[in-house]
Amino acid sequence: MPALRIENLKKSYGTVPVLKGINLAVENGDVVAVIGRSGSGKSTMLRCINGLEPFQEGSIVVAGHRLDQSRANLRDLRKEVGMVFQSYNLFPHLSVAENIMLAPRVVKGLPRDQRELLVRDVLSRVGLAEKASAYPDELSGGQQQRVAIARSLAMKPKVMLFDEVTSALDPELTGEVLKTIAELAEAGMTMVLVTHEMGFARRVATRTVFMHEGKIWEEGPSAQIFAHPATPELRSFIATDLK
Amino acid sequence: MIQSFGWQSVQFLFHGLIWTVGLSVCTFVCGGIFGLIFALARALGPRWLQLIVAGYIQLVQATPLLILIFLAFYGLSFAGFYFPPLAAAAISLSIYATAFLADIWRGCIEAIPRTQWEAADALALSRIQRLRYVILPQAFRIALGPTVGFMVQIVKNTSVTALIGFVELTRAGQLLNNMTFQPFHVFLTVAAFYFAVCYPLSWWSEKLKERKSAGPAH
Repeated sequence: MPALRIENLKKSYGTVPVLKGINLAVENGDVVAVIGRSGSGKSTMLRCINGLEPFQEGSIVVAGHRLDQSRANLRDLRKEVGMVFQSYNLFPHLSVAENIMLAPRVVKGLPRDQRELLVRDVLSRVGLAEKASAYPDELSGGQQQRVAIARSLAMKPKVMLFDEVTSALDPELTGEVLKTIAELAEAGMTMVLVTHEMGFARRVATRTVFMHEGKIWEEGPSAQIFAHPATPELRSFIATDLK
Repeated sequence: MIQSFGWQSVQFLFHGLIWTVGLSVCTFVCGGIFGLIFALARALGPRWLQLIVAGYIQLVQATPLLILIFLAFYGLSFAGFYFPPLAAAAISLSIYATAFLADIWRGCIEAIPRTQWEAADALALSRIQRLRYVILPQAFRIALGPTVGFMVQIVKNTSVTALIGFVELTRAGQLLNNMTFQPFHVFLTVAAFYFAVCYPLSWWSEKLKERKSAGPAH
């Protein structure tokens, strides 16, 4: 069974269709980059996967949880599907450790001693072991984003979603976040990344999906997508990025 | 009975001050409890409940406090519910404080960015957990300054209850003035007592607001 299967996903805002029938399957261990112009629906699709956006038609099965228009059992799904946002969205009133512990504590009821081990484990995976007691506003953007990744990892998700996680960062801070994601990819995490980092998509993603006008326009192994784009839209998109 | 302003007069006024503070605390506690419930209903309740609460807030905010007090004291007694001045004062002030605190706190809840709600959602927190651990603690910090500021308003507005004969600080001043005919002594002392209560609150409120603006920028 694939880690994620999207079937005929349709969504519109009022009368404006944004997703016009998406079909996508992601296998365990896949790293899928979703690229495309702003407004092509890529972030909306990602946000549908963990129920942040309702949709009108179609279904999504992710980590064994089925999500449709009824939005039942959304919390069970979210326990196993992590999400990292463009603007980090750390809780500013909580320390790094508290940010990480909150959901394992209140959602999963993890006891204290295990929580501390967990914080140490996930923080070391993002290279911030010494920052447990810092507050978000004391960290750089790149560090905050790595904490957000650690917070998501602490729920031991089966699938992780990344929504343009480096778009708010300076170029020199982008690198440290991408490195963290690449390490997760190597460790076998199943991931879907909406990204503007073409080089990163080409290097790290096993597959790349190009979205255009609310549809999946082209998809395939990253190497092939970037080296031999089949459609003129993707060719022009890749060409604009190189300029 | 004419007496001159002296130590006994100050003691008499101090007694009035205690009632002023007592009524303020009672107002703040009642108004705070209902204000919080109303703020949550206004910010997060179903549409019909939001409209009812919004209507309540608009209505009370557009009514002079004195009219609320007269309604509670004369109006309700006319309708067969007699409340002594203290109860009528506490009820009307609580109705008034509920409306204002609900409005202040609703604003604070709504000031928490949408992205914080989403982050809590994405971590599988339930609706209650999301409020309890993510939204309300942040809203609380924003709310502290304006809330303490509003406490100053409550303390000063308790003086209006003098008009239904509740002997708090202002009414005590009136009574004392009738006995001494020394209005400057009497009402300057009354003003000094109000200042002694309100100034520390104002100062604290400003401190709390400063701390907020020095906090995280995002």
